[in-house]
Amino acid sequence: MFKLLEIKDVSRNFAGFTALDKVSLAIAAGEFFTLLGPSGCGKTTLLRLIAGFDQPDGGDILLDGKSIIATPPERRPLHTIFQNYALFPHMTVADNVAFPLRMVGCNKAEIERRVSAALKDVSLPDKAGHYPDALSGGQKQRIAIARALVNRPRLLLLDEPLSALDAKLREQMQLELIKLQKEIGITFVYVTHDQGEALALSHRIAVMNHGAIAQVDEPSRLYGFPRSRFVADFIGHCNLLAGKVMQLQGDRVLVELAGLGAVQVMMPPDVTVEVGSACTLTLRPEKINISSSLSQDEVQAHFKGVVHDMLYLGDVTVYKVELVNGMLVEALLANSSPGRARFFEVGDQVEVAWLSDAGHLVMD
Amino acid sequence: MNNKNRLLIFTALAVYGFLYLPLLIVVVYSFNDSKLNAEWVGFSLKWYDKLFHNNEILSAAGNSLIIAGISALVATVLGTLAGMAMYQYRLKVLPGLVLAPIAMPDILMGVSLLLFFIMLNMSLGLISIILAHITFCIGFVALSVQARMSGIDRSLTEAARDLGANPWQCFRMITLPLLAPGILAGALMAFTLSIDDFVVTFFVAGVGSSTLPLQIYSMVKIAVTPEVNAISTLLMLLTLILITLVARLSPGALRS
Repeated sequence: MFKLLEIKDVSRNFAGFTALDKVSLAIAAGEFFTLLGPSGCGKTTLLRLIAGFDQPDGGDILLDGKSIIATPPERRPLHTIFQNYALFPHMTVADNVAFPLRMVGCNKAEIERRVSAALKDVSLPDKAGHYPDALSGGQKQRIAIARALVNRPRLLLLDEPLSALDAKLREQMQLELIKLQKEIGITFVYVTHDQGEALALSHRIAVMNHGAIAQVDEPSRLYGFPRSRFVADFIGHCNLLAGKVMQLQGDRVLVELAGLGAVQVMMPPDVTVEVGSACTLTLRPEKINISSSLSQDEVQAHFKGVVHDMLYLGDVTVYKVELVNGMLVEALLANSSPGRARFFEVGDQVEVAWLSDAGHLVMD
Repeated sequence: MNNKNRLLIFTALAVYGFLYLPLLIVVVYSFNDSKLNAEWVGFSLKWYDKLFHNNEILSAAGNSLIIAGISALVATVLGTLAGMAMYQYRLKVLPGLVLAPIAMPDILMGVSLLLFFIMLNMSLGLISIILAHITFCIGFVALSVQARMSGIDRSLTEAARDLGANPWQCFRMITLPLLAPGILAGALMAFTLSIDDFVVTFFVAGVGSSTLPLQIYSMVKIAVTPEVNAISTLLMLLTLILITLVARLSPGALRS
């Protein structure tokens, strides 16, 4: 893997508050990399350090193997897409897009050619003479992208660029971003607090919490094999069942769930599991099956419960089932036949079951 | 319409009447074909004609324009820098220092500046007047610029730097154009304040260099002639135009 951008032990403190604590990351050329985390986790601070708007208190940032800490923002070969787009209101769309080209002293003909090509790339060739005020949110977004890509930076930083758009448009822009990144092959570093967006867009995601990196992984691994309760809880919906490791059985682990009994779980990869230590079984709602009759043979874990609550969402219905130990677990059932809204009613006695490879074990 | 509303309208009319009737009288009598401000004889422009042949008034007007032009220009440059600094660094002391001359009584400014110039052994004249006017104009420009500055999104200047502009290019191509309405409003306000100023100018003018307000005052000492009415009307018109421009450019500037 060719490391385009390297973050080495970067720290940043603001008056008594540690925004970043010795963060290290390596981002490959051509990657769509996302910094994901709740607000205040340090993701935007890190992005501003990479862009050069702010200086780290410790550590180093390398681009192509060379430190860029001392380089002012205008000489770093990277551009930023701001949350509010930051289009210059006193310049036309064409002048906005031409701005980075003017700064490096391109000649007029070259600027004209590249600006019109850039506007065509974002399918807004007829907006050249308009002022930003006359554009819709989605159009502003595209112009900001055209402006940031017109002189082909090595790296594009995106700071929650879709958060101001409505849900439909956001989804459309997500698809466009993926396509765009694939076509031009420029490395994207994307900041968001929206885990769904991160999963949809990224090649790799760094989940951040309290100024540190909790886990860096591909979306499917992050979803399937979270390394901590925080990651399991932050990415998607997840049932967290507290337990204790009882016995190691080859590639399986016997776990005692508090108040429920023992269940078999797959041995998690790359983690040391010791008998007697506290752990959490993470179970995605779609991996849990609920039924009114006793389940099939291959089902490993099954417990009695009572439907406590349900949420009809159209394509699926979420059932909250209270187990015998008083714990609520969420299960998700697809409403496969039309008009079928529910399989169970609140108060129904049900069986809750999951396969032994459905859950994923996280050490506390 | 009930009584309460009637009372409100009456009060409003009385207040506006009190404010503007004296001005209206000056304007009306400037067109009066009589030497006395007592009765209306007929419409005439002869006082204006006389005004434009009065060398003393013309030179005073010329002085006023020169002084207002230069002090507005210098105060605009310094005030803009001060306004930007006040916004950027959020210092506690600086705003106080810049804005104090606004709150200071004019007479105090006049006396202290006079003493200061004498201490420096400066001869009083156009230069001393210009310096004095600059001091009290800076604050107004700074306020206007600061108000405009806080309306500019910080990410715009960051975006400019990010897209390859060095600090100077960023200032010239982004900050300055966006600040322009605030700067222009400040400049016009400074010009208005300078051209209308009497008290401070009175102290630092010295002998040979009269301004329009000083000239009017010295003429009034003898008698309020229709000529005074005419020059006052012109001054009023100029002020009105400038204030309208300022209000157009930045609705907030006049309020602060």
